[in-house]
Amino acid sequence: MRIVQTRRISQVFFFTLFVWFCIVSTVGDKLWQLRGWPVNWFLQLDPLVAIGTILTTHSLYWPLLWALVVVALTIILGRFFCSWVCPFGSIHHFVGFLGNRKNKAAQKIQLNKYRKAQCIKYFILIIFLSMAAFPSVASTLQTGLLDPIPLVTRSFNLILLPIVDRSVNFVSVSGRFYEGAWLIFVVFLTAVLLNLVIPRFYCRFICPLGAFFGVINRFALWRIGKTQNECANCRLCEKSCEGGCEPAGNIRTSECVLCFNCLDDCKHEVIGYQTRPSVAGEVTDPDISRRGFVLSLTSGILAVPAVRLNNKLGSNWYHRVIRPPGALSEEEFLKRCIKCGQCMRACPTNVIQPGGIDGGLENLWTPVLNNRIGSSGCQLNCVACGQVCPTSAIRPITLSEKLGIGEFAKNGPVKMGTAFFDRNRCLPWAMDKPCIVCEENCPLSPKAIYTQECFNTIRDGILTVKHTKGNTLETAENNLSIDKFATGDYYCISEQGDQRTKIVGNTENLIEISPAEKFDKIPAAGSKIHIQVRLQRPYIDIEKCIGCGVCEHECPVSGKKAVRVSAEGETRSADRTLLLKS
Amino acid sequence: MNDQIEKELDRRQFLARAGKAGISIAAAGIASYSLYDAEGPQPLSKTRQLVTLPDFSIPQMATQTMSVVKGHDRVKTVNKAIELLGGIERFVKSGETVAIKPNVAFASPPMLGATTRPELVAEVVRLCYSRAGAKQVYVTDNPINDPASCFTLSGIGKAASQAGAKVILPKDNLFEHTTLEGGKLITNWPIFFKPFEKVDKLIGIAPIKHHHRSGASMTMKNWYGLLGGRRNIFHQDINTIISELAMMVKPTLVVLDGTQVMMTNGPTGGSISDLRRADTLIASCDMVAADSYGCTLLDLKVPDLPYLTKAQEAGAGATDYESLKPIFATAS
Repeated sequence: MRIVQTRRISQVFFFTLFVWFCIVSTVGDKLWQLRGWPVNWFLQLDPLVAIGTILTTHSLYWPLLWALVVVALTIILGRFFCSWVCPFGSIHHFVGFLGNRKNKAAQKIQLNKYRKAQCIKYFILIIFLSMAAFPSVASTLQTGLLDPIPLVTRSFNLILLPIVDRSVNFVSVSGRFYEGAWLIFVVFLTAVLLNLVIPRFYCRFICPLGAFFGVINRFALWRIGKTQNECANCRLCEKSCEGGCEPAGNIRTSECVLCFNCLDDCKHEVIGYQTRPSVAGEVTDPDISRRGFVLSLTSGILAVPAVRLNNKLGSNWYHRVIRPPGALSEEEFLKRCIKCGQCMRACPTNVIQPGGIDGGLENLWTPVLNNRIGSSGCQLNCVACGQVCPTSAIRPITLSEKLGIGEFAKNGPVKMGTAFFDRNRCLPWAMDKPCIVCEENCPLSPKAIYTQECFNTIRDGILTVKHTKGNTLETAENNLSIDKFATGDYYCISEQGDQRTKIVGNTENLIEISPAEKFDKIPAAGSKIHIQVRLQRPYIDIEKCIGCGVCEHECPVSGKKAVRVSAEGETRSADRTLLLKS
Repeated sequence: MNDQIEKELDRRQFLARAGKAGISIAAAGIASYSLYDAEGPQPLSKTRQLVTLPDFSIPQMATQTMSVVKGHDRVKTVNKAIELLGGIERFVKSGETVAIKPNVAFASPPMLGATTRPELVAEVVRLCYSRAGAKQVYVTDNPINDPASCFTLSGIGKAASQAGAKVILPKDNLFEHTTLEGGKLITNWPIFFKPFEKVDKLIGIAPIKHHHRSGASMTMKNWYGLLGGRRNIFHQDINTIISELAMMVKPTLVVLDGTQVMMTNGPTGGSISDLRRADTLIASCDMVAADSYGCTLLDLKVPDLPYLTKAQEAGAGATDYESLKPIFATAS
């Protein structure tokens, strides 16, 4: 079998595996669900994830050790990852092939020539790594914005899968929603469509992971190159060159993505995959100038304090950045989150959403709880998000730790924030209407929402008694709405009496009270009675509230909710607490 | 330039082009005419196709309307309770399809009692199949929390499937709009309809739970799960909506589980300290009677729950369960 055939099989295999992992990232115990599938494997293979978190945290989180395998193999084989494994690379490869397959050989050679702009990806890599590497200035991990594996992971999980599933409802009963997903879509679509301009546009010009491989490729034991000087100079080897690395001339090994098309296309068997350098000579170093290097390094170092001028890590922290349970403190979180979207994909209630930039630029596509989306706030008996987080930006906490039981009893439950009532919007507080859906749905025991009973005289609710007979009272007013007070929530109290009686029905001028009750003092003719509504007004016990947002999700005031969670009191940051130590 | 083209255009070409132009204009005209709307959009959208939930009830038998069985083993008590009413064969005939509506409202483990116990659901499924010879049994609900999680964590999904039932989760296309005749709140409102549209019988199985707003959640409140849309707004008038649910749903049989009663912190519970053992299970053809008996296990009386009287007035059943001569027994 030709080596390019083997390469295609490898690409199809890893791409299929990647799609399979996207599908099975559904919480559940069926074979096609998240029941132990290594759904983070591609992210763990990604050396940029490992390098990035090493720079920010000075440690290598153990699952990321997989990256070492890729680095070692790259040093032996060259950039095999790009053309043999990377699912995003395979998409570019395929779309580039589709878009240019009808071009003539000369046009293809022109398209696949080396371009000076291919150095841009190295600058992107340097900027990202220098943003991460200098803790004395401030370090943040932003590689995930353009790192191909997180990019393709979130694009598939947060866009393509929900769109396809919309019509079949296979992975989700009610469909999945992601706020701001359009931007993820635009980035993905742009990257894919640019292949129609230049094949593997993203890989050649943008990809910071490819840039990293390009840097270490100089050490590769095996490399592509000419085996002999006797070459017809037909340049057919450059016809389908995926990396744009000029195999016909001085091959640029840093750009070679090991597609083996040159080897396949060479009719004279001049091209080989060998341990010795190309006889025509080779360029091992990336084509970047010292000036460009210094400029991008400095930009990266200065970018973090520039981005943080908004003081979002200080007193200006954004209260709607509610992180999933187990998330590290904000500064540590930003050192680990690669914006891959695995937590958002796995969350069974769909409450974890890609963040926007209103919490600061660094917040983009990081996980934020939005209780207005999804099937029910953060589910009490669930820790799925931490279990799938590839970098432990959300720690893989146990249910015991989340609920604060067993050995974690002394810590108390993990709080994501605190719910606050908006008494200007709440039905019982603002409109004298019974409700307390929030209280009913609070999943804690004892509930963090409690109520206080009160009786309020309703509008136009002071009536004049005309006549009282048994449990029926006739009013001078003759315009009551029939059975308006028959809901079981209305009472009447006479001005002389001090005991309320429950109303069971009314006509335009007759009010009937419950047969189980009677007036303590019969209201005299001409006296006034008050029609009152019984209200249970909700309060938050901030010592108990964990900020799960179930109340906010269920609140029937559906526009701007009357109870809303904000991040005050979250366990992960001691400086945002509301409570004094008791 | 133009002159040159015109010169080159011969008569045949001109006629062909004129013909194409004529057809294009005619097509545009016909399309405009057929889509012509002289009135513009109206303020209210067209009335929807409304559905009505079928009546699943069976003829009453004077002395076999309600049974109350004491015992701690739900499998035994439910068997005994149904046996005392004439056996499952009275309710489900051979070859029939049955929908079972347990309370699967919350994503909470069975031991906390916020949902119907899975073994109870499984036993009723088993009875329908093995004793009554049902053709197909469906177990379904439209929960409050995430539906898939609710069916998984409550254990009901697995128990029902293992007993041979088909579990139906609430997909959007399973809802239809209904208007309850004589109802005030349920008008043109979406309900979880499709699973019940074609079945022959309907069995409700609910636990007894404290409920701060309405007082208690039992078999009638269990039908809240059939409501779709923004059903939470009905909490403003909870007694009316529960009594309207009792009018809308006419089940074959209801089973009310008071083996462990959620006394406080309902309807979610969250701690086993919220539960109290009452070792009672009720089977009834009259859900108002079942709930009227059930509320006594919560230390409540009928007037404490206005929806009971409202449902009775609407003809959904009797609050005076004694009048139905319930059969009391013990299963051990």
